[in-house]
Amino acid sequence: MVPEKKNFSHNDLDTLRSRVIVERDRVTSTASTDFPHNYPGQDLAWDFEKFKESFKLKINKLSKTEMEFDMIGIDAAVANAFRRILIAEVPTMAVSNVFIMNNTSIVVDEVLAHRLGLVPILADPTKFDFKGKEETPTDLNTIVFKLQVTCRRNPNAAEGETDPLKKYIHANVYSGDMKWSPQGDQAERFKECPIKPVFDDIVVTKLRPGQEVDIEIHCEKGLGQDHAKWSPVATASYRLMPEILINGEITGEAAVRFQKCFPEGVVDVVKENGVKKAVVVNPRKDTVSREVLRHAEFENKVKLTRVRDHFIFSIESVGAIEPQDLFVQAVKVLMDKTGTVKRSLQSTLQAE
Amino acid sequence: MEDAQADVKRSIKEAQDQAEAFFGGKGLTDPIPTVEDKWKLLPAFLKVKGLVKQHIDSFNYFINVDLENIIKANERVKSDVDPHFYLKYTGIRVGAPERPDQEAMNRSYTPHECRLRDLTYSANIYVDIEYVRGRQIVRRKGVPIGRMPIMLRSSHCVLTGRNELELAKMNECPLDPGGYFVVKGVEKVILVQEQMSKNRIIVDVDRKGFVQAGVTSSTMERKSKTYVGTKHGKIYLKHNSISEDIPIVVALKAMGMQSDKEITQLVCGQDSKYIDKFSPNLEECSSMKIFTQQQALDYIGSKIDARKRSFGPGLRRPASEEALEILGSVVLAHVEVFDNNFRPKCIYVAVMTRRVVMAMLRGDLVDDRDYVGNKRLELAGQLLSLLFEDLFKKFNSDLKMNIDKVLKKPNRTQEFDVYSQLLFHGDHITSGFVRAISSGNWSLKRFRMERAGVTQVLSRLSFIAALGMMTRISSQFEKTRKVSGPRALQPSQWGMLCPSDTPEGEACGLVKNLALMTHITVDDEEAPLVKLSYILGCEDVSLLTGPEVYLPDTFLVFLNGNILGITRHSAQFVSAFRRMRRAGRISEFVSIFISDHHNSVHISCDGGRICRPLIIVENGKPRVRTEHIEQLSAGKLAFDDFLRMGLIEYLDVNEESDSNIALYEREIIPESTHVEIEPFTILGAVAGLIPYPHHNQSPRNTYQCAMGKQAIGAIAYNQLNRIDTLLYLMVYPQQPMVKTKTIEMIGYDKLPAGQNATVAVMSNSGYDIEDALVLNKASLDRGYGRCQVLRKYATLLRQYPNGSYDRLADPPVHPDDPNTVQEKYEVLDKDGIASVGERIKPGQVYINKQMPTNTSSDIGVNSRDPTANAYKNAPMSYKSGMEGYVDKVLMTTTDNDQTLIKALIRQTRRPELGDKFSSRHGQKGVCGIIIQQEDMPFSDLGVCPDVIMNPHGFPSRMTVGKMIELLAGKAGVLKGELQYGTAFGGSKVEDMSRILIENGFSYSGKDYVTSGVTGEPLSAYIYFGPVYYQKLKHMVMDKMHSRSRGPRAVLTRQPTEGRSRDGGLRLGEMERDCLIGYGASMLLLERLMISSDIFEIHVCEMCGLLGYAGWCQHCKSSKGMAKMQIPYACKLLFQELQSMNVIPRLQLQNVF
Repeated sequence: MVPEKKNFSHNDLDTLRSRVIVERDRVTSTASTDFPHNYPGQDLAWDFEKFKESFKLKINKLSKTEMEFDMIGIDAAVANAFRRILIAEVPTMAVSNVFIMNNTSIVVDEVLAHRLGLVPILADPTKFDFKGKEETPTDLNTIVFKLQVTCRRNPNAAEGETDPLKKYIHANVYSGDMKWSPQGDQAERFKECPIKPVFDDIVVTKLRPGQEVDIEIHCEKGLGQDHAKWSPVATASYRLMPEILINGEITGEAAVRFQKCFPEGVVDVVKENGVKKAVVVNPRKDTVSREVLRHAEFENKVKLTRVRDHFIFSIESVGAIEPQDLFVQAVKVLMDKTGTVKRSLQSTLQAE
Repeated sequence: MEDAQADVKRSIKEAQDQAEAFFGGKGLTDPIPTVEDKWKLLPAFLKVKGLVKQHIDSFNYFINVDLENIIKANERVKSDVDPHFYLKYTGIRVGAPERPDQEAMNRSYTPHECRLRDLTYSANIYVDIEYVRGRQIVRRKGVPIGRMPIMLRSSHCVLTGRNELELAKMNECPLDPGGYFVVKGVEKVILVQEQMSKNRIIVDVDRKGFVQAGVTSSTMERKSKTYVGTKHGKIYLKHNSISEDIPIVVALKAMGMQSDKEITQLVCGQDSKYIDKFSPNLEECSSMKIFTQQQALDYIGSKIDARKRSFGPGLRRPASEEALEILGSVVLAHVEVFDNNFRPKCIYVAVMTRRVVMAMLRGDLVDDRDYVGNKRLELAGQLLSLLFEDLFKKFNSDLKMNIDKVLKKPNRTQEFDVYSQLLFHGDHITSGFVRAISSGNWSLKRFRMERAGVTQVLSRLSFIAALGMMTRISSQFEKTRKVSGPRALQPSQWGMLCPSDTPEGEACGLVKNLALMTHITVDDEEAPLVKLSYILGCEDVSLLTGPEVYLPDTFLVFLNGNILGITRHSAQFVSAFRRMRRAGRISEFVSIFISDHHNSVHISCDGGRICRPLIIVENGKPRVRTEHIEQLSAGKLAFDDFLRMGLIEYLDVNEESDSNIALYEREIIPESTHVEIEPFTILGAVAGLIPYPHHNQSPRNTYQCAMGKQAIGAIAYNQLNRIDTLLYLMVYPQQPMVKTKTIEMIGYDKLPAGQNATVAVMSNSGYDIEDALVLNKASLDRGYGRCQVLRKYATLLRQYPNGSYDRLADPPVHPDDPNTVQEKYEVLDKDGIASVGERIKPGQVYINKQMPTNTSSDIGVNSRDPTANAYKNAPMSYKSGMEGYVDKVLMTTTDNDQTLIKALIRQTRRPELGDKFSSRHGQKGVCGIIIQQEDMPFSDLGVCPDVIMNPHGFPSRMTVGKMIELLAGKAGVLKGELQYGTAFGGSKVEDMSRILIENGFSYSGKDYVTSGVTGEPLSAYIYFGPVYYQKLKHMVMDKMHSRSRGPRAVLTRQPTEGRSRDGGLRLGEMERDCLIGYGASMLLLERLMISSDIFEIHVCEMCGLLGYAGWCQHCKSSKGMAKMQIPYACKLLFQELQSMNVIPRLQLQNVF
């Protein structure tokens, strides 16, 4: 059988090298192929100057907790390394030891400790050391919080009040009830930004009159790979830049139907000489739902690809470290790692 | 070709004409007005009936109605000594549940207190009596004769009618269904028992191919089985009390039918075929020279079992009189004979005979024993009533014996008052109940009933397990027999018994579960129905001669299996009867149906029939209309109002078979009589949890029914106040994203057992073969699948007969440092019991109990023997693979004043390699690997899965429901609402896909996913979304076991057996065979001897006996002693043989 000839001019080596092709029921050209000797006559050796020229980084969105930026001209392996490091290897401070003096709340000790562990702590981890297993806690490696809450009846509550938050005082224990107790010169060191949980309104447990919690909390520095509580991000991920290629023209009512196959703002229908015509305006907004590939009428008229080296990177910080700093720290971690590899390679070479 | 087209056209035309005729001008395609939301009747039904209500109704009936009947049947106690004495019970009543001790301040107690304190939740039984004291008649009211265990939420329970707040104050869960007992602190369920129906003629074919009609007669006095069966083409009457089969004509003659013609007419009517078949019987009788009643009775009298003949002391009566007595009261006991009027019984026997003759001629007239309409379900109330009657009779006979004993004495110091005797005997009934319920052995001598396993401990593994247990039905059928009939799915169980919920393995199909809308009837009064039947035109059958009984349009009318009469207008009779029922003039549970095979009308009002409500259809329109449902939703109408208004009615299985029930309103045809309320009610409570079960292969639903009961989740609102032997709780349970109507109705959304996991269906890492799951470590860190295991450790502080007692001791101090405590005793408080909240490590002591060394001999107060007051340590130490926390400690007294200490120790476990998980589609799997979040694949949104499931689980299992659940769950998440996967309905895939598309996802649910390891996209789209996953109770921590060296059994010196004893892993017979076959002799030697029970013996080569340390005691010499190694078990065998005077001698030879 002769394969059906497709009229896409760019279905050539260039596409294969630079695009991930999104087909109806599979993705092809997923792996990067731009390494030397892969394509005859093309030298794809990595070149620093070329990289400097083509590498682009553009921040699209930035807030206290979220950031989205484009990273263009880099290999998936490196982009993925940043993602992995962000999730697992950028250190933060998190609750690691909970000393429960008294806990008469409904939540049992271990679960309470687990819940406290997941409360993000606003503290600069770079100002702390890792605490070894045998090491004793010092002001350089440990943050101490006190959580002492007792629930009482609210004497001012209205008669017949049923909302426990109004009926009782301290019906809920919030993360904001964790009181930092500075050790050593910590009070001095963190004068500018006192240590506290990132959010004050995380419900830790609930109490009823007569119940109390009396807890001392020790926070340590750690890595996300040991426990998710040390992960500085809710998640960090990326997606590749979508690309929608129209073969020929899609006109008339088909253009409207074509538009409907994409999220709003991806495809525009313009009138050209009184004829409706579909134009791709903003492929970035496309979620690559492949809806368009389902319809027989657009078969061979549209091709979906994604740009292999255009990463739309998003970082959702849990709030302890701002996302832009997170990325910088991730880069530093990667550099440290490469440094280690470099040094050991050198020493091996020298030994030979 | 053209012909065919014409044919098609013609048939279409015909169909249209038919439609015209049938549907009153409405076209087939015209929209049918449907009643919206008629499923709302279901929660309304569950409010008043259903699920557990049958247990409660049955118990209420027993305690409020049946008790009085039993008392009436046994109301008098007389004395053989004093003819003037009598004691008469005039009334009976059960009080409110009360503490047994009289001095308590507040005598009322709650079920929860009973659970905690190992008490029995029971109430006093009070009787009113009238008796003779001296020469006067004394009446007393409210005399306690014993204690009756009270079913939770029954009419006498303190929990009934309480609101949520009041229940909370009593530490009780509002979602708990009740219907069980608390006996000695244990929750016990009396399972529903399935039996063949009583007092009904059932025709079947025995193993030899002979037709027989059998009846199990059951009356208050006796139970017996009577058969009319064939042998060599002739018909005989069989009964246990008659040693030989009696020719049927002889039996009839003995009952007073002397004319052969009358017999023929009553059996065969005018049908010549039947007469031909029956005539040999008449011949046989005349050949036996039996012509008169007296001759027949003499004949039967001579055949009566000699053992059963002795009717107490007195003169032997003539055999014929005994025969008459047996025929009157034992054979077919349920057909009562008044004033020696045998006419009804004759007709009954004749009808039985006719059924046999009919079945002989037409094989299809044999009844189906497995037909649900021929079954009766026996509930707690009926079983307890049998038990109570037995206990009460025993109580009375004991009382009588004691009365006789006292009255026999010639000179009594004071006037005899039976009241004191009555109080004295109270314990018999109390302990009888407690023993029966807690052991499950129902042994009643009167009915020769010996049943074990009637009760079971209510499983509190999960809420669903408890609920499932309450709806369980166990069959009396033997489990070991390999027959398929009783196990097969019966078409007649539609809507009554759940088709999915049955265990696998030996009890498959024998243990069943009730469907959602079933109700089990209780006994109802017969008398009004008899009256009504006669009013409606039923003619008394004993007024008729033979021939008119079997005229073509004549129908026999049966009431509960007894012949009432005949009617010539059966259809009118039945419809009038039904109208009376719909109008509420007779009980809604009375059923009436026509059996066209036997030309009979059957009315039933007996207990134990399964029935369910259906919407009545009249003139092609359902009576329930939208406005009714609106009123129901507004709370203006309740379920019972629907019944009273005649909109719905209950049908039992037999009547259901006689009706035309439409599944949906659109399927109503003019013949329809009823329409289903909701099709999904054919499933039970447990199968109701499965989303989209109609898309699954049926065994998968059955597997899920078994697994749903093992899922860890929330158990009850009072779960943290309970001290159960073993309690599994999930830390963060979630209600399922895809739920069903059943889930909402039974409250599973409030007490869920599982979590919505984001699942990627893909192959990953290779550690996911054979259904293994890949779990995300970060998910586990954040609390996915985390569960708690709480285990109860209890001890009694005993008092011994000699006055000594167990005691608690404070923790011993460290030998080196008197200020600290040894580590073993670290968690103990000053009182010798572990403090609440302490972390306890394996090996540590939590109750430091000490026992007296001397518990038998008397210890005098001034005893000088120091050992008399000595105590030995008997501490209870914590044994587990994992440290735990002391959750609760309870110190209380039981009802016999012994101190009871319970300690609850809690472990919190996060999922680990090998823990078992399952979705709701019978797809179980263990965790194969836990991988880091960064290694997990992620979608464009950055979502990474909690669980990766291998796609190979799908093709062979065909659980399409799971795929749709994922799709619906994903759509629900995106839209921010819960979706429904209700059976035969639920959210449609098309709608779900549309939601996905609207939210920028592929319609198929498959996502573009990037590998977390390489950072490059995966070349396949991955089916990705939330699926409800259950964590099952099987966790590796409780199972893993290894041993190198360890304890050995004392007798054989072989390693102990079982994980709990740190036992060895057995190299069994089959493994041994393999090694022999392979020829690995040294491995065999090592496994079977060296690593097991190797023992060195000294053998005397002279005598071949065992010596010791190089010395033969038999030869008195050390000459020729050899050392060798044998298994200790072998040496033991030799010595045991010697002890039996068998001498084993060893003959030694050099092999090499």
